[in-house]
Amino acid sequence: MKRVVLALAILAVASPALADDGAIAVTLKDHKFTPAQIHVKANTPIVITLTNKDATAEEFDSTALKVEKVVAGGDTGDVHIRPLEPGRYPFMGEYHASTAQGFVIAQ
Amino acid sequence: MLATLVIVFREVIEAGLIVGIVLAATQGVPRRGLWVGYGVAAGVLGACLVAGFAGGIASLFAGSGQEIFNASILMLAVVMLTWHNVWMAGHGRAMAQEMKAVGAEVAAGQRSLAALAIVVGVAVLREGSEVVLFLYGIASQGGTSNAAMLTGGVLGVIAGAGVSALMFLGLLQIPAGKLFSVTAWLITLLAAGMAAQAVLFLQQAGYLQILQSTVWDTSWLLSQDSIGGRLLHTLIGYNDSPNGAQLIVYGATIAIIMGLTRWEHARHPRRSAVPSHAT
Repeated sequence: MKRVVLALAILAVASPALADDGAIAVTLKDHKFTPAQIHVKANTPIVITLTNKDATAEEFDSTALKVEKVVAGGDTGDVHIRPLEPGRYPFMGEYHASTAQGFVIAQ
Repeated sequence: MLATLVIVFREVIEAGLIVGIVLAATQGVPRRGLWVGYGVAAGVLGACLVAGFAGGIASLFAGSGQEIFNASILMLAVVMLTWHNVWMAGHGRAMAQEMKAVGAEVAAGQRSLAALAIVVGVAVLREGSEVVLFLYGIASQGGTSNAAMLTGGVLGVIAGAGVSALMFLGLLQIPAGKLFSVTAWLITLLAAGMAAQAVLFLQQAGYLQILQSTVWDTSWLLSQDSIGGRLLHTLIGYNDSPNGAQLIVYGATIAIIMGLTRWEHARHPRRSAVPSHAT
């Protein structure tokens, strides 16, 4: 827990610099992602910090982005994503795929 | 209910295919059922533990504990699969010729079984922890559809086990003389696919971020999200858009296993039908 707080603190202090790298905060609530459309710079490594505000775990899953990560209920997780070519990359919460849907749009 | 059935079916079949290959690869080895049973039981127990401590594991390694954990157990499975194949290269021929091997070889066979039991355990743990988290989420939400979804989960387990059993029975149709070379190849490709998957987890955790761009894209031909793409992903590590680091590791794993296998094969030149005395 301390590490998470520390990480968040570092993230908060470093956010202007990280914004250039594309560190993006995404929240999951009621099994929906906010924002559900994430615009990022193409050909730049990205970190998505997913905060799960639901009580149950969710798996952030995307074949297009090549990531799968379980984030426990009430927890936060970082997902490192490779530099993307311009395009539209769908992602979903595998455990609630009917509502938990989103896109990363690289430009 | 259908959504639950599909998710559980998918995870069960992914673990079930690996169990099927292990069972086929150990045809004729005494007490293999027991060892595979241990592997499945340990995997289920581990899956519950991993699901229960998902938050705790995730917060290790600066929030990348889950990726490091996944990469580690995948690499453990790769090492165990390699060991099994190398061992079979030395002893497989003798085993195929005379199923009742001498005492020392039976003991060595048990060690190889233990290695494969670990592989089974890892496969069940990985897919099982996702099923546990998913079903737990459903159960804790309550609601009227709850029972229907749990029914879907149970049906998914049965269907997944059924398809895995069919594949296992299919493998057994291969003549005994060729079965071991087929399973040796299956295990080699299985190991290579797992190693390439471990690379992805390390990259997702922020390590090994080299050669990350996609080398080719065959998603138009066979999407990795389709059921066929998923099955091939589990069996031979099919990836519809692999990156450079993954391809290198995939190729290197195959080369290392083949190299070690040949070396071991050469150390055990043609065995006579009668086992030699003390070695």
